[in-house]
Amino acid sequence: MTSLPEPSAIKLGLVIDLDICVGCQACVVNCKEWNTSGYGAPLSDENAYGENPSGAWLNRVHAYEAGTGADARTVHFPKSCLHCEDAPCVKVCPTGASFKRAEDGIVLVNEEWCIGCGLCAWSCPYGAREMDPSEGVMKKCTLCVDRIYNANLPAEDQVPACVRTCPTNARHFGDLGDPGSDVSRLVAARGGFDLMPEQNTKPVNKYLPPRPRRVADDTPVSLLAMAEDATPSGFWKWVDSTLERLG
Amino acid sequence: MRPAWSIIFFTSISGLGFGLAAWLVLGFVDLTNPEHLLVVGVATMALIIAGLLSSTFHLGHPERAWRALTQWRSSWLSREGVLAVLALIAMAVWGLYYIRHGTPPFWASGLIAVLLALTVYATSMIYASLHTVARWHHPLTPVCYLMFAASSGLMAVLSVLAVLGQKIGAPLLLATILMVASAWGVKIIWWQLAGAVGSGSSLATATGLGDLGPVRSIMPPHTSENYLQHEMGFVVARKHAAQLRAIALLVGGVLPMAALFLLAAAPLVLTMALAAHMAGIFIERWLFFAEAKHSVTIYYGDAH
Amino acid sequence: MPLNNALKKSVNSSEPVVDVSPEVSDEIRKTTCYMCACRCGINVHIRDNKIRYIEGNKDHPINKGVLCAKGSAGIMQHYSPARLKQPMRRVGPRGSGEFKAITWEEALQTATDWLEPVRQTDPKKLAFFTGRDQSQALTSWWAQQFGTPNFAAHGGFCSVNMAAGGIYTVGGAFWEFGAPDWDRTEMFVLFGVAEDHDSNPIKMGLGKVKGRGKRVVSVNPVQTGYAAISDDWYGVTPGTDGLLIMSLIRELMFSGNIDIDYLRRYTNAPWLVIRNPGADDDGLFYRDADGNPQVLDQKTGSAVPHQTRNISAAMHGEISLVNGGVAVPAFMLISETYMQEALSPEAVSPKVGISAARIRQFAADLAEAAFSREIVIDQPWTDWKGEKHEKMIGRPVAMHAMRGISAHSNGFQTCRALHLLQLMLGSVEVPGGWRFKPPYPKPPEAHPKPAGKPNQIQAGRPLAGSPLGYVLGPDDLLLDPAGNPQRIDKAYSWDAPMAAHGLMHMVISNAVAGDPYHIDVMFMYMANMAWNSSMNTRGVMEMLTEKDASTGEYKIPKIIYSDAYSSEMVAYADLIFPDTTYLERHDAISMLDRPICEADAVADAIRWPVFEPDRDVRGFQSVLLDLGARLKLPGMVNDDGTPKYKDYADYIVNHERKPGIGPLAGFRGNGDRSGRGKPNPGQIDQYIDNGAFWHKDIPEEGRFYKMANMAYQNFAVEIGICDTPQPYTFQIYSEVLQKFQLAARGYGDVQPPKHLREQIKKCFTPLPTWYAPFEEVAVCEDKFPLYALTQRPMAMYHSWGSQNPWLRQIHGHNPMFIAPSLAKKHKIVEGDWIWVTSHHGRIRVPVAIMEGLNEKTIWTWNAIGKRKGAWQLEDDAPEVKKGFLLNHLIKELLPPKGDGQRWLNSDPVTGQAAWFDLKVQITKAEPHEPKVSYPQFPALSRSNGVNPKPQKTLRYGIEWTKQFKKISKANK
Ligand SMILES: Nc1nc2c(c(=O)[nH]1)N[C@H]1C(S)=C(S)[C@@H](COP(=O)(O)OP(=O)(O)OC[C@H]3O[C@@H](n4cnc5c(=O)[nH]c(N)nc54)[C@H](O)[C@@H]3O)O[C@H]1N2
Ligand SMILES: Nc1nc2c(c(=O)[nH]1)N[C@H]1C(S)=C(S)[C@@H](COP(=O)(O)OP(=O)(O)OC[C@H]3O[C@@H](n4cnc5c(=O)[nH]c(N)nc54)[C@H](O)[C@@H]3O)O[C@H]1N2
Ligand code: SF4
Ligand code: SF4
Ligand code: SF4
Ligand code: SF4
Ligand code: SF4
Ligand SMILES: [Mo]
Repeated sequence: MTSLPEPSAIKLGLVIDLDICVGCQACVVNCKEWNTSGYGAPLSDENAYGENPSGAWLNRVHAYEAGTGADARTVHFPKSCLHCEDAPCVKVCPTGASFKRAEDGIVLVNEEWCIGCGLCAWSCPYGAREMDPSEGVMKKCTLCVDRIYNANLPAEDQVPACVRTCPTNARHFGDLGDPGSDVSRLVAARGGFDLMPEQNTKPVNKYLPPRPRRVADDTPVSLLAMAEDATPSGFWKWVDSTLERLG
Repeated sequence: MRPAWSIIFFTSISGLGFGLAAWLVLGFVDLTNPEHLLVVGVATMALIIAGLLSSTFHLGHPERAWRALTQWRSSWLSREGVLAVLALIAMAVWGLYYIRHGTPPFWASGLIAVLLALTVYATSMIYASLHTVARWHHPLTPVCYLMFAASSGLMAVLSVLAVLGQKIGAPLLLATILMVASAWGVKIIWWQLAGAVGSGSSLATATGLGDLGPVRSIMPPHTSENYLQHEMGFVVARKHAAQLRAIALLVGGVLPMAALFLLAAAPLVLTMALAAHMAGIFIERWLFFAEAKHSVTIYYGDAH
Repeated sequence: MPLNNALKKSVNSSEPVVDVSPEVSDEIRKTTCYMCACRCGINVHIRDNKIRYIEGNKDHPINKGVLCAKGSAGIMQHYSPARLKQPMRRVGPRGSGEFKAITWEEALQTATDWLEPVRQTDPKKLAFFTGRDQSQALTSWWAQQFGTPNFAAHGGFCSVNMAAGGIYTVGGAFWEFGAPDWDRTEMFVLFGVAEDHDSNPIKMGLGKVKGRGKRVVSVNPVQTGYAAISDDWYGVTPGTDGLLIMSLIRELMFSGNIDIDYLRRYTNAPWLVIRNPGADDDGLFYRDADGNPQVLDQKTGSAVPHQTRNISAAMHGEISLVNGGVAVPAFMLISETYMQEALSPEAVSPKVGISAARIRQFAADLAEAAFSREIVIDQPWTDWKGEKHEKMIGRPVAMHAMRGISAHSNGFQTCRALHLLQLMLGSVEVPGGWRFKPPYPKPPEAHPKPAGKPNQIQAGRPLAGSPLGYVLGPDDLLLDPAGNPQRIDKAYSWDAPMAAHGLMHMVISNAVAGDPYHIDVMFMYMANMAWNSSMNTRGVMEMLTEKDASTGEYKIPKIIYSDAYSSEMVAYADLIFPDTTYLERHDAISMLDRPICEADAVADAIRWPVFEPDRDVRGFQSVLLDLGARLKLPGMVNDDGTPKYKDYADYIVNHERKPGIGPLAGFRGNGDRSGRGKPNPGQIDQYIDNGAFWHKDIPEEGRFYKMANMAYQNFAVEIGICDTPQPYTFQIYSEVLQKFQLAARGYGDVQPPKHLREQIKKCFTPLPTWYAPFEEVAVCEDKFPLYALTQRPMAMYHSWGSQNPWLRQIHGHNPMFIAPSLAKKHKIVEGDWIWVTSHHGRIRVPVAIMEGLNEKTIWTWNAIGKRKGAWQLEDDAPEVKKGFLLNHLIKELLPPKGDGQRWLNSDPVTGQAAWFDLKVQITKAEPHEPKVSYPQFPALSRSNGVNPKPQKTLRYGIEWTKQFKKISKANK
């Protein structure tokens, strides 16, 4: 049913730490690797060796720059489905293929019902849905629903592929509906925020901001001066007295 | 947004069909001759069906299109489908009743006209309901769709009347001219107003990095164009858009109105005028997509 | 967070039911990744004998479960249509790419026929260079047994400055040699690193440091990747890090923020240096009759051997020497050198491009972290002198550096300066600092010296030693009696005396110029020398096809090459040995070679054929052993002349370098011995069972101060790293460099030629120094005001990632990034095309604009541009049309100085290629010019036996999806 279920108590999602992400694309490719022979049709690629290679991906990493001059900061920015509480992509779907799970809030596409109309992708402000070029069905992040509950995987591997593979540990997975969960606490401590709040989608996924940098021309802290005076003779006095102390 | 021909054809031709149908049930054409009823009725339904069919051309799985009728409770696309089917059935019933019993009661015809209008409204709401495309998300968007359905329908009525050899009164001519003028009038207002406010989304809100200063995209996620850029990254240059708007107005508005004013109400003239009007609507519809910016383009560095 | 409410039925009955617990794979095969040189452990999930999924191995010491983008795309590499299929012999002209398929027998016989006469007449006429080789223990041994000194892998053009600078100073360098103490450091400083080989560990480490809220600092002209997440970014002007570092040292000294006790105990700062200007021992250490360096005992005021127990060595003072002159602690020279006004932040700031205030801030941060956040670990230990210590003291500042400082002509000294900074802070091999990975620390004396002196090369005989090694002075140079280079690449000659890794970038250029001589066979492995690994790419392609006008023969008569893919270089070879891919062969990641050890543990690993090759290809190492047996090379044949090793796997298990010591340290003897033990026939199987690696922890007491820690030294002996304990002292003041300095001043038997003397005097200073990069000095600043750099993209590996449809979607072409100020000046907007011109050439490229750049710097991603016809890409691939190489602008030689000499565009000490010295100017391309990168080259022929028409659409895994099952059912 395309109508949204009652908001679930459990809200599974990702927390992405923009202070740590180095833009390595590991999560992007490992996601493709896990999912291309996992949930639903393969994530196909067109023009694989040709002019405009283009395929379906469930996660992409952008690079932005914020600020100007010496204070400008490069920020790498991974983006996949945010599993919105008020997911417009679910509401617009004419077939019921796009749905939000009542038990944990994961937004999925039932590829056997999907007609490939693309409307859900139009309704998603974030670009989190991509049509598979070859299968003609809508693809999106599944939150690795076939990993997180998968009894065939060891318990510690029951996390999304992108989270398991991220070398910097910039991606966290958990229940954002539980204020006591690790992810919720992280969001609270670090001022986690929503993307495009004005679109009223109420994303479950949260982003942690880069920590503020020292402003470029801050006055320098003075060196912890141990030498009495900053001259070569002062330095030697300091060396000799230090050696004396050490014996 | 990428203007897909199937969608442009779908919205304008089905609009024309529904518009014509509405004027027909409201009695603008004398259909007492069963042959006329049959020909006009079938032609109208054919237009609608052609429009609806073309909308399935861009589907990944057209064979499953029937599933699109199931989600009327939340999806405007589904509602559009359901309403279109209901409208077609209602029209058929209306036609059968006409043949059996003559002119149906006005309340029934009125209801059907409302149903037809609702169908066009539903089509427009597929777009107007999207927060992601600020330009579309405007109260006047459905009005535009309805007005053009009405104007093109009315133009078609004139052609039908001429072809059937029925009399075209001056008031009808005048009404049609007014209809066409006001449809374009609304469109001009829409062109001015729609999207002017914007969604409030910017790279600052999209990334949450606004506090750090102006935000720019420096590297796209992939160097080759992806589905999102292909589908939603299409924008027509402003210069071209202005030119096309002028052409649409000229071809779809000025030309047919001038024809109605100046030329004899001959079938050929009226059909040509209708064709011109439709050509204008095609361009208008193309621009409807091509000028629209999707919020996702913000992520790809579009300043918005 | 495992979710235990598995397989719950949906609350909403109309909600589709999802199979949340599908079977993943039939089997997991564990091996080692080789999508790059980091060598992470991988779990290859197999289904129907095909790859279902590749993930990181959680138990593996390197990556602990994580996997990078390249590693995750291994599947696309494994199925690449560009994989070579069979041995081939060139039929068209060189460079055309036209080949015919031949059998392995024919290929090996041809190579034998070519090589046998070379060996029997003049073995150095074989140049064997092995590129991105991970089996150097085997390949260098093979070269040695063949008898040629002309062997090296790619280190010379890669980062030998880093390696040699480190070995000669502290006995190890970054990456394979050492690692930051990620769990304890308070401040992590990166100099010139975009990605490095330690790809995953650095990222994991950054995550840890940032996760603990500690400071990450990046010194880099460009703010990408690692620099993007730094808490402080210093956008240094390229080539000036040495100045910056020396200025930091000055600030630390003046403020008394140096670890005097550390310097006194673990470095040669207190060693007495002779001051006797004009004498032949000036600047050498004052030694006793046994050769022991002397220190000044503070109490008695007399000179005593530095190993004397329980003395306090003076850092300040002077004694007169009987032979004339005086001796002073090296520390006095250090202070004289680095406390000069010329190194004050104000003085260096304009050159370095960082304000004086920020340089001070940087120094203050270092001081604060090192001294106010001292770490104390309650772990008693005993040092090499036998003195006992109750605690281990940590100065928690950790550093990592790579090619940003090493790929410059002043890189060797800059690397040394960086180690000096670390030593001043007392932060090497201490808790929270930067630590060695076994078998390092290992000073130059513990390495072999290079062999290749005239008497060491004999027809039909092995070389009398290892072709590569560490020289300890001019006497160790490889020169002919006239003082000319012995090696084709001129390594260990006066052009590059402390070469250590050879100069691969000079081989082709020198061989074609006949300088120092011509060669007969060039044998290469895994190096794309006709493209991205050469400087002056177009020139190299011309050299490879250049013919001798008198004979009509190619100037390099025969080229044998082993590649696994249809690279640009394949087209320039005469004979091709097609290699397997990383999932199809045996490999040893050995401690004798380029180990994967960690600071707390020794480790090694293998690769094994997770899949059998589906083509007529063979692992290169096995081919090399076969070829060696055909040439009857000693050690590769039994007494009866039959091959000694069946294949590489056999060699890995049974070869012994010394009795009991072989390529793999794990599971020796009966499978229960570590380090030393007789060969174990079941060794490879035991590795496979253990996840394809072996690892053993260093005892707690031996984990820090390894260079001086007896517990570690004894462990090293036990494990077979060395035969006796080898403690040593860090060499801030380098006597080796001083010996070259003295030679340049005219002392000693072996002296440099006249034209090199001034350069050696300037660059071979015993204390780290800075001088302007050579190209900068050679070209006109007004004409070429900008520095042009490349960086590694994290999601692409050199040239070979472009055949990978997933990675090439991420990096299909590369723009040139320029600063907004530059764009404004030239009226350039995003998407414009520009010409970039150097003293050597010009390229036309697309532009992108970014703020986070040093103003004088422009940069692009490395090795994205591809030649038409290579890698099985279509002719209109973006890599060809919009991608480009910076290499066309970089020349292996400096602009001629008019003295007829070929001046190298390399570091004068080590011969490291100075990629990043490149100076350029930019101009906007004319609007009518095509938006296609320049230069373009004729397409390589695809008639090389590989898949001529790769698939357009890839749907990997379709056979396992629901849809497919339905369709296939319908088909039946
Ligand atoms: N402008 C510029 N140029 C540079 C650099 C730079 O920073 N800037 N960096 C330099 C440095 S540090 C390096 S190391 C070089 C690297 O440059 P190269 O040494 O050329 O390295 P690759 O492109 O990785 O690949 C070498 C060859 O190995 C082949 N190969 C891959 N896998 C296998 C295998 O399993 N077996 C065999 N036999 N062959 C295989 C590939 O097909 C390729 O042809 O580039 C150098 N060039
Ligand atoms: N993903 C991936 N990983 C790789 C490789 C790859 O191709 N792809 N290649 C491998 C190889 S062969 C090598 S050698 C290593 C090299 O790894 P890195 O040492 O990280 O080499 P580069 O990517 O060349 O980056 C050099 C960095 O130094 C900066 N730089 C340049 N000049 C200066 C300078 O004067 N001062 C300072 N402070 N910085 C400067 C550049 O901006 C750049 O960020 O990476 C290895 N790892
Ligand atoms: S894997 Fe982690 S660090 Fe790399 S791009 Fe993804 S989130 Fe960022
Ligand atoms: S991010 Fe987009 S696709 Fe995902 S739930 Fe929200 S609206 Fe839907
Ligand atoms: S593309 Fe598929 S999932 Fe998306 S709205 Fe259409 S039918 Fe629903
Ligand atoms: S949760 Fe799974 S599907 Fe979603 S981005 Fe991560 S790996 Fe891809
Ligand atoms: S860093 Fe990546 S490519 Fe390199 S070995 Fe590790 S997983 Fe493989
Ligand atoms: Mo390298």
